[in-house]
Amino acid sequence: MVARLRGQLAVPAGAIVLALLVGAVIIIATSPLATGRFDPTLPLVTYWAIIQGSLLSVNGLIDTVRSAAPLILVGLSVGFCFKAGLFNIGGQGQFLTGAVTAAAVGGALAGAPPYIAAPVAILAAMAVGALYGMIPGFLKAFTGAHEVVTTIMLNYIAIQIVAYLIQGPLRAPGSSFARSADVGNAAIPVIITSGGHQAHLGVIFPFIAAGIIWWLLYRTTIGFEIRTVGANPDAARYAGMRPRYLMMLAMSVAGLLGGLAGAGEILGVSGYMPAAYSTNVGFDAITVALLGRVHPLGIVFAGLLLGAMRAGAGLMQIQAGVPVQMIDVLQGVILFFLAADIVVRRVFRIRAAAGGVAELATVTGTYGGTTKASQP
Amino acid sequence: MTAAAAPTGAPSVIAPALEMRGITKRYPGVLANDHIDLSIAPGEIHALLGENGAGKTTLMNVLYGLATPNEGQILLDGQPVRIAGPSDAIARGISMVHQHFMLVPVLTVAENILLGAETMANPIFLDRAEARRRIHELGQRFGFEIDPDERVGRLSVGWQQRVEILKALYRQARILVLDEPTAVLTPQETTEIFAVLRRLRDEGHSIIFISHKLYEVLEIADRITVIRRGRVVGQRRPSETNEDDLAELMVGREVQLTVDRGESHPADVALSVEHVTVKNDRGRETVVDLSFEVRKGEIFGIAGVAGNGQDELVEALTGLRRPAGGRIHLDGIDVTHEGARELHGRGVSYVPADRHRFGLVLSFPLTDNLVLTDYYAAPYARGPIRDDAAIRARAIEAIEQFDVRTPSPDVAAGTLSGGNQQKLIVAREFGRDLRLLVLDQPTRGLDVGSVEFIHRQAIRKRDAGTAVLLVSAELDEVLELSDRIGVMYRGRLVAILDGRTADREQVGLLMATGGREAPAPTPGARGEGVA
Repeated sequence: MVARLRGQLAVPAGAIVLALLVGAVIIIATSPLATGRFDPTLPLVTYWAIIQGSLLSVNGLIDTVRSAAPLILVGLSVGFCFKAGLFNIGGQGQFLTGAVTAAAVGGALAGAPPYIAAPVAILAAMAVGALYGMIPGFLKAFTGAHEVVTTIMLNYIAIQIVAYLIQGPLRAPGSSFARSADVGNAAIPVIITSGGHQAHLGVIFPFIAAGIIWWLLYRTTIGFEIRTVGANPDAARYAGMRPRYLMMLAMSVAGLLGGLAGAGEILGVSGYMPAAYSTNVGFDAITVALLGRVHPLGIVFAGLLLGAMRAGAGLMQIQAGVPVQMIDVLQGVILFFLAADIVVRRVFRIRAAAGGVAELATVTGTYGGTTKASQP
Repeated sequence: MTAAAAPTGAPSVIAPALEMRGITKRYPGVLANDHIDLSIAPGEIHALLGENGAGKTTLMNVLYGLATPNEGQILLDGQPVRIAGPSDAIARGISMVHQHFMLVPVLTVAENILLGAETMANPIFLDRAEARRRIHELGQRFGFEIDPDERVGRLSVGWQQRVEILKALYRQARILVLDEPTAVLTPQETTEIFAVLRRLRDEGHSIIFISHKLYEVLEIADRITVIRRGRVVGQRRPSETNEDDLAELMVGREVQLTVDRGESHPADVALSVEHVTVKNDRGRETVVDLSFEVRKGEIFGIAGVAGNGQDELVEALTGLRRPAGGRIHLDGIDVTHEGARELHGRGVSYVPADRHRFGLVLSFPLTDNLVLTDYYAAPYARGPIRDDAAIRARAIEAIEQFDVRTPSPDVAAGTLSGGNQQKLIVAREFGRDLRLLVLDQPTRGLDVGSVEFIHRQAIRKRDAGTAVLLVSAELDEVLELSDRIGVMYRGRLVAILDGRTADREQVGLLMATGGREAPAPTPGARGEGVA
């Protein structure tokens, strides 16, 4: 058990260490821009500032958890699809459709009793996200259209839908820029406040969701079917499972999680939705899912880590003069090393058996090969 | 005979073409090769015999430069050499013909042969004319002329193999390693390829022939080296040994090569297939108007060269593919349009030919694999909730009952040997009440011991009154087990023969020609007991 855990942790830990080293090189190389001279100690200052800003204060911890919440939820969404052999790049679209639904329903129910308004808005966002997720599942199951292509296209469609709705039917009257109405009573209640830093009740959703997803995957027959389809679609057909149905189901669950993440951000953080709502959560979540080894518990920790990096970015910019975009660089390099895990294994001499994630094949191997899964 | 001392080998005084001395290769926890000595004379066909996992592949990988030995020496023509990799091996005249051909089907024979050994007219263009000339010349010299411009995909398996051999000869190989070369061939094609190999030998080439078919080894080899658990356990000449002796050397105990199948007692018809037509993925009818019956308590074997519609037939019978026409009845019930799940529920078990693709999920533990087809039913699930304790209990019982060698039920199925993986599937599919058992190539790639085990289990099921349908490209397997034999050719059953009297040559001819040169098959011959 301990050995297995160590095997699971080796590659993510190695990827993070290597990313920090690569990041250090970049920080030193660009240090003249930040401090006016070459400063080999700047990486230490930078990384220390991130830790201080995210973990070493109550405010930082609040920000960490709040930033991590959507990352974990969408990370679970991506990870769940990996388990089914699907590569869901549509987290962004599922998040946005959920968010705009929450904004619309929340705005409409702004005067309703809170214990009705918030749950209804959240459930509506989950339902719409699930439907939006089901589209690529349906297309894959019945036409063979690859989900990577369709989910990316659906992301753009979602961006345009949001822009149209917020500029048109959902635009709050009298606002100076295009935004939806305040969600009022549909807001998710704030449970912790500390010096202007707030955490809403919704930050516990990711942890509940992770538990449910784990239970679904490993304790139910449906989860077994989904994992079988993901690991070997031919064997799933042989065993009498229904790959088409399971694909649609997996994508719907993924969309549901994305929609929930969107609802949390609108109802718990911003309270309204601007037309130009921009988010990278769909792509960040791929890093989260892979860093978490496509396991719900791992995804929780990976989401918290990336959330902490986001939360510490502000203090990093102030103390070290390194722009917040450095976080994107680090995250990108982490993803690079996770995908090219052979590099990490070489550097740290990690045996293949211990380091491998079968689901990574979904990322690297789903293009050329035609699986038989889309057959009846 | 104990571990072989220096091979008595080469009859002449000239140095052996190849000598491997004391080759030792350790992998973590495994001693794959333990001081193996092997010596091959010029103009010798040397058979390497051993079960799966005995160390044959490792030894050949060492020879081909794919693995570096921990100890030992390789000598070519008496000169010690260090082989750095496959390209180095090829440059030194060592070539390997793999069991799964390494050919590009859409390229021509000449293009395939040139691939990786391009003959250039100038730095930019290939010299096709010269290549064609040399291919022609080689073909003539060794007695198999082949059109260099034919697409490889259009060639039969037997000819594709000759292209592989030509490829080796084109690279001026003097030492040819053939890994299970006859596994995919009909008896006739085997005879032809043997003629080619003898010709090569007479021209002074050395051939290492890897096989587990004992009678073939006895027929073709000049000398036979038997390997067991990484060691040479014996060396024989065909004249001084026989199949039983070789099998015992290989396995380390006495083996019954042919299971005594005893008398069968066929009862009522269990499976009846009437005028069934099945299309493949491209919409071509690969099973055409096929009819036959399988009775309870009999083994009905379907012989045929791979690719004559067996795959589609089996998929139709197991619910993985909808027939385009005809009727399938199981115990009198029409099951033509039932899927895999329903048929499994009716007591149809299926051991698929490709155990990695269909039969197992290699990354899953044995426990999950042992309930792959009935995970949804009691006692393994209560409603939608899995019962891990019941699944585990079942796994422990099945592993014990079917003698699956594994350190624990929780290891991934992919870590087991091929024989144990197949036992896993047999444990899952045999270990329940059955009406129909469909066995598709159930022993492909397995060692003698596992084959014996699986054949015994199949006969036990038959004797318990199960209808057994055996599909195999291994003619010997069909002949050995079947009470009746149907020969499949281009989607049709061209003959149904009595398993007790069917003759190897006759069936082989039917497989290869569909009986056009043989007595015409009785149309609609089906069922009525015997031919």
